[in-house]
Amino acid sequence: MFTRQLKVLSIAAIIIAAFLFAAPVLASTDASPVPAAAGSSMPWWAWPLILFIVTFLLGILAVLGGVGGGVLFVPIIGGFFPFHIDFVRGAGLLVALAGALAAGPGLLKKGMADLRLAIPVALIASSCAIVGAMIGLALPANVVNMALGGTILGIVAIMLIAKKSEYPEVKKADNLSTALRITGVYHEISSGQDINWKVHRTPQGLATFIIIGVMAGMFGLGAGWANVPVLNLMMGAPLKVSVATSKFLLSITDTSAAWIYVNNGAVLPMMVVPSIIGIMLGSIVGVRILAKTKPAAVRYIVIAMLLFAGTRALLKGLGI
Amino acid sequence: MADKLKATEEQLEYAKLLDIGMKIGLLVLIATFFIYLTGILTPYIPVRELPNYWKLPVNEYLEITGIHPGWSWLEKLGKGDFLNFLPIAFLAAVTIACYLRIVPILFRKKDSVYAVLAIIEVLVLVLAASGVLKVGGH
Repeated sequence: MFTRQLKVLSIAAIIIAAFLFAAPVLASTDASPVPAAAGSSMPWWAWPLILFIVTFLLGILAVLGGVGGGVLFVPIIGGFFPFHIDFVRGAGLLVALAGALAAGPGLLKKGMADLRLAIPVALIASSCAIVGAMIGLALPANVVNMALGGTILGIVAIMLIAKKSEYPEVKKADNLSTALRITGVYHEISSGQDINWKVHRTPQGLATFIIIGVMAGMFGLGAGWANVPVLNLMMGAPLKVSVATSKFLLSITDTSAAWIYVNNGAVLPMMVVPSIIGIMLGSIVGVRILAKTKPAAVRYIVIAMLLFAGTRALLKGLGI
Repeated sequence: MADKLKATEEQLEYAKLLDIGMKIGLLVLIATFFIYLTGILTPYIPVRELPNYWKLPVNEYLEITGIHPGWSWLEKLGKGDFLNFLPIAFLAAVTIACYLRIVPILFRKKDSVYAVLAIIEVLVLVLAASGVLKVGGH
């Protein structure tokens, strides 16, 4: 365990060192197609470096707080960094996508994420995420900020009031899920039991993913905060299957939206790569900390951060 | 029961390809970013000028820098910044490859509904990736 932690810290140190050593080299390159920067009190590399450090911390907090990295990334980076919300959303989607791609294989192999449940849901969510991304990029920044702020405050409310059900009672699978054979068995390690599960209210669940897809694409948030309650509470999938399938779903939903941002130029590698590396390294450290302890206060810190960032986005949108 | 507990064949194949693609994509992403940072390949936009652009709406950024959206980054792979689009696009394409991998398995298992759903998903993702869907700007 110590060796792995050392590896993570070494990678982080290498990246920080690369930033520091690269700064003078890059500052001397001058093949600009555009005018030089106006005077700024901070060197160019300060913001990407701060971004890397902040996303590293967000990665830790996201794991400990039980939320996805994307939902923390967009409001916090959008609210407190000088980057335009267009680029923040593009980076947010790629951060959520990278996290989902990294987690997906393990979840699928263990049978926690369920491909049969994911495929129809993903088709709707990913199609609608394209629409959401296009709407989001066409809207003025103040409107996006207002809607983002409102959405984040809604997510805070969901986090505070939504209940979770380990094994929701599904008396009878609905016709659609029966026709699609959406059912499964997973092995619960903690109890040693094999859990048979099926789902109900599939048409309503799928319809809800229209909204979730649009919002994921529009705000670049990822959508675990919405996926899990719908899969778990509305459709009746067990909590662990819902969480795992939700994480895997993001790899598909965010792929479609990410392409729209990439193809419309809303991706800056200097923002995207430090964010992806930072949040992934932070997640690895977070998982290590989680294995030892889970401070209950962290969830409330995350909620408070979202509340603050959501309010800031709302006020920014309102021009206050 | 033991058989039922196993993930299905298509799920395992999907997971295998996703695992390989994700690892390659992330490793190449780190490598290309290192090339970008160290200036081995000169970036299209000098990094010290980036603070002028990351605060702009994307349509203004494209207009001022003369960057064409869509797949035009392929023509600029010799530039340190645009080189990073290669692993980004690769990561965004992994899911399409995974879906293509499971389509024949689903047809072989006579699971035609899911095979068709998988094909439609591929078409949706290819449409998103194609660059056909342009946004007017704001």
